[in-house]
Amino acid sequence: MSDQSTTMAEGRSAPRRPARRNETFKAYFGTPGNTVVTLICLVLLGLAAKAAASWLLINAVFDGAPEDCKAASGACWPYVAAKLRYMLFGIYPFDEQWRPLSATLLFIAAMAVSGIPRLWGRSLIVAWAVLLPVLFLLMAGGAFGLTEVATSQWGGLPLSFMLTFIGLVCALPLGILLALARLSKLPAIRILAVTFIELVRGVPLISILFMASVMLPLFMPEGVTIDKLLRAQVAIILFAAAYIAEIVRAGLQALPAGQTEAAKALGLHYWQCTFLITVPQALKTVIPPLVSLFIGFFQDTTLVTIVGLLDFLNTVRTALRDPNWQGIAVLEGYVFAAVVYFVFSALMGAYSRFLEKRFRVGHD
Amino acid sequence: MVTFRRACRMAAAAALLLGSSAVAAQAASTLETVKARGKLICGVSMGTTGFALADAQGKFAGFDVDVCRAIATAVFGDPNKVDFVMTNINTRFQVLQSGEIDVLSRQTTMTYSREASLGIDFGPTVFYDGQGLMVAKSLGINSAKELDGAAVCTLPGTTTAQNLADFFRATGKKFELVVFENPDENNNAFFSGRCDAVSSDRSDLASIRAASKSPGDYVILPETISKEPLAPAVRQNDSNWRDIVSWSAWMLMAAEEKGITQANVDEQLKSQDPEIQRMLGVTDELGPMLGLDKNWGYNIIKQVGNYAEVFDRNLGEKTALGLSRGPNSLWNTGGLLYPPPVR
Repeated sequence: MSDQSTTMAEGRSAPRRPARRNETFKAYFGTPGNTVVTLICLVLLGLAAKAAASWLLINAVFDGAPEDCKAASGACWPYVAAKLRYMLFGIYPFDEQWRPLSATLLFIAAMAVSGIPRLWGRSLIVAWAVLLPVLFLLMAGGAFGLTEVATSQWGGLPLSFMLTFIGLVCALPLGILLALARLSKLPAIRILAVTFIELVRGVPLISILFMASVMLPLFMPEGVTIDKLLRAQVAIILFAAAYIAEIVRAGLQALPAGQTEAAKALGLHYWQCTFLITVPQALKTVIPPLVSLFIGFFQDTTLVTIVGLLDFLNTVRTALRDPNWQGIAVLEGYVFAAVVYFVFSALMGAYSRFLEKRFRVGHD
Repeated sequence: MVTFRRACRMAAAAALLLGSSAVAAQAASTLETVKARGKLICGVSMGTTGFALADAQGKFAGFDVDVCRAIATAVFGDPNKVDFVMTNINTRFQVLQSGEIDVLSRQTTMTYSREASLGIDFGPTVFYDGQGLMVAKSLGINSAKELDGAAVCTLPGTTTAQNLADFFRATGKKFELVVFENPDENNNAFFSGRCDAVSSDRSDLASIRAASKSPGDYVILPETISKEPLAPAVRQNDSNWRDIVSWSAWMLMAAEEKGITQANVDEQLKSQDPEIQRMLGVTDELGPMLGLDKNWGYNIIKQVGNYAEVFDRNLGEKTALGLSRGPNSLWNTGGLLYPPPVR
């Protein structure tokens, strides 16, 4: 897919541009039928754009009280402004919300820095090993003069981020190991991996979350409870690992056998061959499906509402129940949530395209 | 390779960090646990107007929330020494059983099978609710018995659907059940005319109506098709803790009965009424019998108010819900609230 588009771009050099523009024009207006279809689509698009613009901007209220919104026919943006901090941080103590804010910003910055291939190395591992406890301390407090905030008070965007990215980063190595186990020649290991993967893939995420939050505590000795957030996090890790395993397995099986054979001929043993030759190449091949999975998980974390955790979408949803704004603002919150989800999902997509280009995925 | 190692390290670090937050607590009694922890942990709903809702600052308010605050005040003398944990309707009892919360104050109906089989005990009914039906005024219907072949929107689970089936079998009319997982979808379906009626607890119907663009266009039909006594719940086999929860709720009602309010409680300390003296801890030391301060009653009334104040503040005529007291008035004014004597 992607190698095709690169060769196309390379193949058509600058002087041939006009011809291509002509082709585009032909594609839309070449025949009377095409022209009619194009015009109808343009009119529909225009109408939709006009309706959206009038609701989002022209008739919208940007400043004022609930009463002003009731009178207007457009969107009610003061509502989003008034509830912004609740939507972002949920019921985290109001005066302490600089903590989740700085934790989230730090986390995003760290993710961005870690995304630069030139920086991949030991120092990055050390940096993360330092950063994660700092982030946790920032959120949970209880030391250095920070008041303690129980995990049951965490919510909103930091929670979504944490569940998604810590979940996926932990699930990735687990998934790779599962994929290797599934391809193993040792029957016991293979059967274990197959059983785990098929069992987890055979049930929906919601039921695993439910098991983790409802069944698990009943098996624990009396008086011992495991943090609810931890339970949800572990459930997400296990679930994601099964899916990652299958994607990575596809990548491993797509590798030409020559790669392993050459590695063996050079005298590399299994682990060297696996982690120096096959896994890196397999991971490169499966970047697009992996990123789709990651984006999907970013959105699926919202299912944690079933165990009583309020992620970003659910803080937005409960914000709607504020009696002062009830019946006035409904869509606005969802529009805001959609924009936030879109921005982060689009960033992940863009990063995956960048990686694909950098590693020149595809067999030339 | 490097990425993989980084990932490994991160996984290990995260697991370690999160693991350290695992709680191992709970000694013999809930009261001891709560006192040792320094605050109460109360399970509330994930957001219901009037009962439990976080405001823009993330601070909880509502009727169920005030019940929690009364219990926290009984134990600590401070209504803010309570953490609220949002509980999903499907997992609320398990959260209580597993010890994650000390008390469940979440619009929960007391029923036989829940009390008998779920390992929980209920406190006194703090709110008498009942399932009702709401329709658009334009239908011109005055009684649920006139509904025939109506599409009725509800939320899933619990007993809502069963009650409707029982009711319509009794009236001999047909109805079509339309179930929605999400309350917002449920309400929108009703407002957009997808359903002829919406059915839920009457307090909930009032809050759905309050959420509409023109609340005057909808009418809650007079029939109450089920009894829904809402009560706080605690884990079974801890009578001391159950007593504390029960009497915290009864103290709110007793205060209203005796005319003690947040404003006049300090004057009432001088009252000659022996029951008031006992309630406020002026004479007799009733509090220590339950392991509480002797002025626990005074603290509740001073910090949280009496039942009428709690009701009016969260559900009453001046709020968005605009509920009248109805059955939730004191027994001597025609209601069902009957706090046992404090003596």
